[in-house]
Amino acid sequence: MIAQRTILTDEMVAKIEALAPRYPNRRALTLPALHIVNAELRHVPLQAVAEIAAVLGLAPAEVQDTLTFYEFFHQEKPHGTVRAFVCRSVSCALRGGDHLLEHLCHTNGIPPYGTTVDGSLTIEPAECLGACDFAPCILANDDLLKNMTPEAAEAELKKPRARAT
Amino acid sequence: MQPFKPVLLEAVGVPDGYTLASYKSRGGYAPLEKVLAEKQPVDVVEMVKSSGLRGRGGAGFSTGLKWTFLPKDHPGPIYLCINADESEPGTFNNRILMEDDPHQVIEGIILSAYATRASTAYIYLRYEYPRSWHRLQAAIDEAYAAGYLGKNIRGSAFSLDIYLHRGAAAYICGEETGLIESLEGKRAWPRIKPPFPAIEGLFRKPTVVNNIETMACVAQIARRGIEWFKSIGVPADPANPRDPGSYGPKLYCLSGHVEKPGCYEAPLGITARELIDRFGGGVWKGRKAKAVIPGGISMGLMTESELDTPLDFAGPGKVGCLGLGTAAVVVIDDQTSIVDFLHNSCRFFAHESCGQCTPCREGTSWSLRMLERIKAGKGRLRDLDILLEIGNTMGMMPGSTICGLADGAAWPIKNAIKKFRGEFEDYIKRTNPSGWMVTDPVPALQIVGAH
Repeated sequence: MIAQRTILTDEMVAKIEALAPRYPNRRALTLPALHIVNAELRHVPLQAVAEIAAVLGLAPAEVQDTLTFYEFFHQEKPHGTVRAFVCRSVSCALRGGDHLLEHLCHTNGIPPYGTTVDGSLTIEPAECLGACDFAPCILANDDLLKNMTPEAAEAELKKPRARAT
Repeated sequence: MQPFKPVLLEAVGVPDGYTLASYKSRGGYAPLEKVLAEKQPVDVVEMVKSSGLRGRGGAGFSTGLKWTFLPKDHPGPIYLCINADESEPGTFNNRILMEDDPHQVIEGIILSAYATRASTAYIYLRYEYPRSWHRLQAAIDEAYAAGYLGKNIRGSAFSLDIYLHRGAAAYICGEETGLIESLEGKRAWPRIKPPFPAIEGLFRKPTVVNNIETMACVAQIARRGIEWFKSIGVPADPANPRDPGSYGPKLYCLSGHVEKPGCYEAPLGITARELIDRFGGGVWKGRKAKAVIPGGISMGLMTESELDTPLDFAGPGKVGCLGLGTAAVVVIDDQTSIVDFLHNSCRFFAHESCGQCTPCREGTSWSLRMLERIKAGKGRLRDLDILLEIGNTMGMMPGSTICGLADGAAWPIKNAIKKFRGEFEDYIKRTNPSGWMVTDPVPALQIVGAH
């Protein structure tokens, strides 16, 4: 039985299908499909998981298993329109990364992984962002914020940004 | 040290250096055309093998030799996976190559695919590199339009497609079989080897997994020759028949407490001290280094007195580190607590352990909880022995885990406690004056009743 799709749009399915010729089986489309849905909805609710599974011919549990492994895709509710990953790994930590994270959570009134009430900002600790030459750094949507001080980061994260690709 | 002109980083700072036109003006793609017209795949394997190129991703295995493990006369498909899941803390050289000179990487991939007879290459790119994603995709599009990718490349019988595949922020996807599982759409649990990927890899077909910097090296070897490559670096140690030498240029990522952090290209074998002083402008604020990570956090620590160790494939191991790793050199100054460093390291590995093998899943989280307790002023001297016991028993080397993540988690613990034990003991005695000597088991946390 193919469940009625209520979350995945025809456009999302078309994007997923466009990638199908790249792989010899459809299970390999799992991560690309999750990214396609997440880019649009800023989360991947359980219903979307079931619908991705139906599109790919997999059991929903198989897709859910992969999704939960990464701790990257929110399921309960969308992350903020700006999703800020604040690096806490060694090179950033040596230059104030932990302090930066604490400051941003405090001034925005949210815990790590939390989203502001207006839905404009989610702050998440991240492991090494691979920009240690600009430590401490933040990845806000597609923008790398370099050599951040708490004050500069606070101002940067108030700015509107293009959505993550 | 002789002055050294960057080769792999040639495009850095060149306006529009990431475009096809710029790459071709620097001599790019001409070697590929020559190879396709004049050489057989086996010749390319031989070229890379005799250049002495060792994989730049961390393990340092001979690239050409890895290619020869593929089955002969296999009907195909054979897959080439490019590991761009650069996640080792301190490491960012792949990012710079992909952003500033993506065509150098792509030419290396085409040459490597030709050598391994792969007609599909996947670049597994970490999510955190959106700029690399766009630069690489634009470069791939340019390469297709110019006939360097797709069917019958530049009129030859060779065809190749390159696809970008994005990860989702998991360190373990940089382990080659974890990468393969992730690409297949599953959780990135590393596989038990053998079978090695060369026999049974992606989609159960013969597969080679190579790093981005390795690909850039392949492109440069094709352009400049074996002799050029072998003229750089550290020759094999004649006294050690198992040392294949450390040839070629290397991208060192310098970060932490230095004046000028950055990615610097130098011949393999530069010492950490030279790197810090000549390229990094010295330890920041006029301070001294307390410790230096030689090649990404999982390689452990060198002390100040060990900084003259050459950073080649054999060097860091001689001072008790795990190896050269990704050549990510992170400087920790003398004002930093080594307890804080180890806490940071343990937190990273506890977060990134994939959970498949119990010794790693439990060992990494146990060591983090102990470091948290020590930092909270409830440490005991006995904890240091327990930490060492964890460090000595988790990993591929003691034979208790499937992949090397746990060895990487163990090394900073073992190095930090062995080389800085006095500082740990002082910290524990100072912060826990009434309990540092207790040896009783630590009681489990009180469970707060929910009803």
